Amino acid sequence: MLVRLMGMSSLKRTFADPRHGQIAALSCLILLGSIIYAFEMPWWRPITGLSAAIFVQWIAARALGWGFDWRSPTISALSLTLLLRTDGPWLVVLAALIAIGSKALIRVNGRHLFNPTALGIVITVLAFPGAWISPGQWGTAGWIVIAAAGCGLAVTYGARRLEVPLCFLAAWAALCFGRALVIGDPMAIPVHQMSSGALLVFAFFMISDPMTAPWNQRARITWVCVVAAIAFALQTSWIVTAGPLYGLVLAAPLVPLLNALFPAPVARWRPSSPASSQPKGAPTCVPS
Amino acid sequence: MRAFLKAAVFAAALALPATANAFCGFYVAKGDADLFNEASKVVMVRDGDRTVITMANDFQGEVRDFAMVIPAPTVLKREQIHVTENGIIDHLDAYTAPRLVEYFDENPCRRLRMERTLGATMSMVEDVPASAPVEEERLGVTIEAEYTVGEYDILILSAEESDGLSTWLTQNGYRIPDGAGPVLGSYINQGMKFFVARVNLKEHASSGNAFLRPLQIAFESKKFMLPIRLGTVNSKGKQDLLLWTLTRTGRVETANYRTQRMPTGQSIPTYVKDDFGPAYKAIYGNAVERAGGSGVLMEYAWDMGWCDPCAADPLSNKQLRELGVFWVEGGGYATVVAGSGDLVSSVAARLGIPAAALANHNNLQTNSELQGGQELIVPPGFDVPDHLVRWVPPPNGGAVDVFVTRLHARYDAVSFPEDLRLIETGDRQNFQGRYVLNHPWMGTEQCPAADEYRKSLPDRWEDEAQTLASLTGWDITDIRAEMTKAGQKPDGPPWWEKIWNEREQ
Repeated sequence: MLVRLMGMSSLKRTFADPRHGQIAALSCLILLGSIIYAFEMPWWRPITGLSAAIFVQWIAARALGWGFDWRSPTISALSLTLLLRTDGPWLVVLAALIAIGSKALIRVNGRHLFNPTALGIVITVLAFPGAWISPGQWGTAGWIVIAAAGCGLAVTYGARRLEVPLCFLAAWAALCFGRALVIGDPMAIPVHQMSSGALLVFAFFMISDPMTAPWNQRARITWVCVVAAIAFALQTSWIVTAGPLYGLVLAAPLVPLLNALFPAPVARWRPSSPASSQPKGAPTCVPS
Repeated sequence: MRAFLKAAVFAAALALPATANAFCGFYVAKGDADLFNEASKVVMVRDGDRTVITMANDFQGEVRDFAMVIPAPTVLKREQIHVTENGIIDHLDAYTAPRLVEYFDENPCRRLRMERTLGATMSMVEDVPASAPVEEERLGVTIEAEYTVGEYDILILSAEESDGLSTWLTQNGYRIPDGAGPVLGSYINQGMKFFVARVNLKEHASSGNAFLRPLQIAFESKKFMLPIRLGTVNSKGKQDLLLWTLTRTGRVETANYRTQRMPTGQSIPTYVKDDFGPAYKAIYGNAVERAGGSGVLMEYAWDMGWCDPCAADPLSNKQLRELGVFWVEGGGYATVVAGSGDLVSSVAARLGIPAAALANHNNLQTNSELQGGQELIVPPGFDVPDHLVRWVPPPNGGAVDVFVTRLHARYDAVSFPEDLRLIETGDRQNFQGRYVLNHPWMGTEQCPAADEYRKSLPDRWEDEAQTLASLTGWDITDIRAEMTKAGQKPDGPPWWEKIWNEREQ
């Protein structure tokens, strides 16, 4: 019905930009989480996150002469809403400020260095006891995981970066199962670790961001494995409860290095994308 | 930071087992005693890396059969081990217990409302079990330390492999449950030591305690977690874990399992008042099933300074410190109430303190006669029995900077394959498992509002019946029958229930 109302072609046009798919998928996950999984989702969290992120993006666009685009800050704000828990609205505003601010201020070779959402969350959580991450909120297995994976796959496929989440999950699985084999744990333990909903959300919605990953495929795969290794070490040895987010932030400085070491293929923006203010999902690697 | 990163990558790349730094209990039976642990009560105090764990012990068998094996992060020193009183855990249990709240409807012709609370403590059960050394070297088992603390003899063991440890334990008279070997092996590979406690019969006899007291351990660990895996190997089916955490920032939740709130605040039929125990057990069991069998349920989360309604008084600073809340000052003071005809000296004798000290502190003489109900302040520095005194917190508005969370899990090896990893959140929102009884007004006064009110009651009772059925999973027809017996005939069942359901009330 919806398709008929909108017209197939306009629907296709809407979802041709993978960011629209990502916004839809993140919104679905937030709704499902709030309704089915009883996430604590006070009304102010999405509202303050969205307004703060869009406002900071608007300021940055004016200051740096970018064209303003609402989609990228919307994705960051929705990811914050999904992953960050706070005891009040101002920490959400701060996280949004760090996320979008880092895009404008911490740039190497014309690209922002850190995954904005991951950096916003990690700094806020480390600095303020009133902010935390609830990796257990998804529980394990169940349809929500399949839904997350399904949405994630579709979105990621749209962004042509399916290998990133899959490589990350494969590396994570190798580490979990490897550790279990080394210390003699039953396989039920790594299976339980792999079926975490939070892990899939990270794989499909965070690390898959093409703007903060190396361009070269081999470099990208190496980098994803490094993120998994750091994350796993943190999570098992230092009991950081959301190791992957920390891993992603810590491994970010390697990206410019890997881009310098593995230069080909040369990347350029898809002609239809306006300059560079709307990173997520927008760039496409095109061999020149 | 660089060293930190290097170490992080190195450990992960080799998939090396990390040093697991936290622990919990598992119980083994000695001899042929048919024992299994059905529920455990654990209190964890945590601030930064500092952790104090108290493990309560409802062991019902012969004390000589008691033994407990706990994976421990390091070789604990004698001063890191302590024995406390069961009363404190019981008090914490009562303070945080799911509760019934009673409301009395006002006379609809007038306006008046009363509230009363009833504490209803859901106690859970736990069982436990005991023993000595031979051939350690050949088996790769080392006795790192040996202490007697309270009524317990404690050994700290390290082992090279699980078979050696199992053999050592068996040779020393411990009954190791089937399936414990691989789990012991996993902890050995993570570099853990083993804390083995058994009862020193002589000390136990001289202590005069009928029950075994809770064991406490204090240690530092980056990891905030509770190993539960050993506890699953000697249990018949699912068992319950009641975990209280006392922290500073906010409530605690599990990071690798979903923590959900218990359903709360719903109105249920008043007949439940006399039988809340079974009802709450059913409510909990039903909530576990709804959570898919592997969730952790939060029953209480509250600032320790107060409660509303109170199922029991908040713990005193003295009790909190006893539980290991090291950041709370002892503070406050105890008072004792005199009976009619008491002398200061007789009250002092009851408390076991010098009469002169009590008299001086209260500006009285040792032979001063007291009035019934007169309150005396107990001088500080004396260890007085808690049940004889009332603890008054220090005059700072009761703020104690302690947040208590009560988590309840029903687990086995299948539903909880991993140890519990915990996180302290910044959430200080208060939460309690609370069920409401609304007593109808049964007056005979006549007025239009009263007529209206009386007509509305059967509808309300039907709603309460449906709520109880949905919370507990009990048959609605049984609930309606109970309510009718109690004089509250619900306005049910609805007409459609009669079409296909042959069972009719």
